[in-house]
Amino acid sequence: MTAEPILKARNLVKRYGHVVALDRADFDLYPGEVLAVIGDNGAGKSTLIKALSGAIQVDSGEITLNGRPVNFASPLAARQAGIETVYQTLALSPALSITDNMFMGREIRKPGLLGRVFKMLDHAEMERQARRKLAELGLLTIQNINQAVETLSGGQRQGVAVARAVAFGSKVVFMDEPTAALGVKESRRVLDLIQDVRARGLPIVLISHNMPHVFEVADRIHIHRLGRRLCVINPKDYTMSDAVAFMTGAKEPPAEALAA
Amino acid sequence: MTDLSKEEGAGEQFAQFEPVSRGPLAVLQRFLHANPTMVPFIVLVLSAAVFGLIAPNFFSAFNLSLIMQQVAIVGTLAAAQSLVILTAGIDLSVAAVMVMISVIMGRLSVDFGVPVPLAILVGMVCGLITGAINGLLVTLVRLPPFITTLGTWNVFLALNYYFSGRETIRSQTLDAEAPLLKLFGERFEIGGAVLTWGVVLMIVVFLVLWYVLQYTAWGRRVYAVGDDKEAAELAGIRTDRVLVSVYMVAGFIVALAAWSSIGRVGSVSPTSFFEANLQSITAVVIGGISLFGGRGSILGPMLGALIVGVFNSGLRLAGVEVLWQLFATGWLIILAVAIDQWIRKVSA
Ligand SMILES: Nc1ncnc2c1ncn2[C@@H]1O[C@H](COP(=O)(O)OP(=O)(O)OP(=O)(O)O)[C@@H](O)[C@H]1O
Ligand SMILES: [Mg+2]
Repeated sequence: MTAEPILKARNLVKRYGHVVALDRADFDLYPGEVLAVIGDNGAGKSTLIKALSGAIQVDSGEITLNGRPVNFASPLAARQAGIETVYQTLALSPALSITDNMFMGREIRKPGLLGRVFKMLDHAEMERQARRKLAELGLLTIQNINQAVETLSGGQRQGVAVARAVAFGSKVVFMDEPTAALGVKESRRVLDLIQDVRARGLPIVLISHNMPHVFEVADRIHIHRLGRRLCVINPKDYTMSDAVAFMTGAKEPPAEALAA
Repeated sequence: MTDLSKEEGAGEQFAQFEPVSRGPLAVLQRFLHANPTMVPFIVLVLSAAVFGLIAPNFFSAFNLSLIMQQVAIVGTLAAAQSLVILTAGIDLSVAAVMVMISVIMGRLSVDFGVPVPLAILVGMVCGLITGAINGLLVTLVRLPPFITTLGTWNVFLALNYYFSGRETIRSQTLDAEAPLLKLFGERFEIGGAVLTWGVVLMIVVFLVLWYVLQYTAWGRRVYAVGDDKEAAELAGIRTDRVLVSVYMVAGFIVALAAWSSIGRVGSVSPTSFFEANLQSITAVVIGGISLFGGRGSILGPMLGALIVGVFNSGLRLAGVEVLWQLFATGWLIILAVAIDQWIRKVSA
């Protein structure tokens, strides 16, 4: 690659008691690309994403964003740096409405005295924007945007989480298994959405167990194994069964794909 | 969009709501899910109607205003309790803190010659401090709220006895030296009903909380933290800050209740309001706020407190023994929690 990585990590280590979830893991994300991260259950993919998005703090290692070292103390800090995440658990508040969830932590206040003195929220404006964003993304046509998230189906919830991240992400969007609960057609929408976001120039990190999805949208594939990056492959050069073989350890990855 | 247009109609089909036909029970369940104050409201109206029929004097202006006055203190405490319960916590220390602060206000004014407004101010600050102590134990030390406040309950009760020397400050002494402390016991009349400022205070506290919870970002975050703390944190909320602020606001409201309680009792007694702790929790639960956090309207507990007041008054006027008041309250709690569980099961 000629360009510098927008987000780069070296030697990340994260232990949970005796479990080493990240074992000197490296990571590179280049501008405008879709990077897929694949690996067995428990390989440490979610832990990697959480470390990069401020949800957990690593024991050692360094992370740089646009070449500058960063140390996100909280998800809020990462978010303020323009990094949005669809967590595997979605991180939605079930009892709150779709609008409330989309604007959680970045609520819009009414203009003027009502907003400044009485801190009154501009529900109408937030609803309008939420509706527009959902429609723009072609993700949801929801009858009642004030419906509690817990009254939505699993797939609909995932849609809300994806929409929230895509709508607000300005530097990087992480998606940890965004299509896990989705049907065929809904998965299609999310994959198209990923392409759209890439067309906007925003890089995306996609964690998925679904090889056809990965091979369809990814520019590069980061294979994670036993807490570290094993290799990075170009989906044009390898088959799905190669990828699975590397990921499970059935086959040694070729030398040129091994991470530097 | 890239090739969405080719898949005709796909845009409308993702996550669309098919008009599902539901049975009447499911419709009711959804309705209650969306309107959490309806249950306490219906119970209040029904119970008032029933007692109006069987107890002849129930609807007299005198009796209704008496109910309001009797409910004022527990109601104000219930407002504080509601905030904490909304965050999936519980505050067992509210009554002990209230009595302790009333003692502090009384002793400072009467025995230490502190100007009464200053003594009241000190009381308010004590409310914030006790709240901060509970909040920091819950967040920094990561103790469960139940254990934290079980501990601080005893600590504040002990301090209460220490500050008061187990002595009551009598009504006449207060009248002579610190009448301002009895402000919320003052009566006024509107339309034949006699109300106290303590009743007004309770209503104002609930209305302000309702506004704050419904119309400010802080309010939405309180719900989010109570609903799923981890999710709220991942969504970018500083949940520990929210929690500490909740306990502090609750402490402040408890301090207001302390001031109000002096007017209600007339004196400052370190042994008053022993049952107010559980009564405040009762009002919250009957008011439809879920003990699991994140659900319910703040106005519910005010109705909850009134329901308990209506039951007690109605049963007394109907000549029923006191023990049946407890009996009825007990079943109300169980019913309220059962309904809450059922409403929570609503799903897509
Ligand atoms: N909070 C935690 N406490 C203890 N162990 C943890 C915790 N989070 C992750 N682990 C452990 O770290 C390892 C990596 O977990 P992680 O969730 O990152 O895997 P993953 O690659 O995302 O798996 P999956 O594909 O199943 O989502 C696992 O062995 C897991 O048990
Ligand atoms: Mg995972």
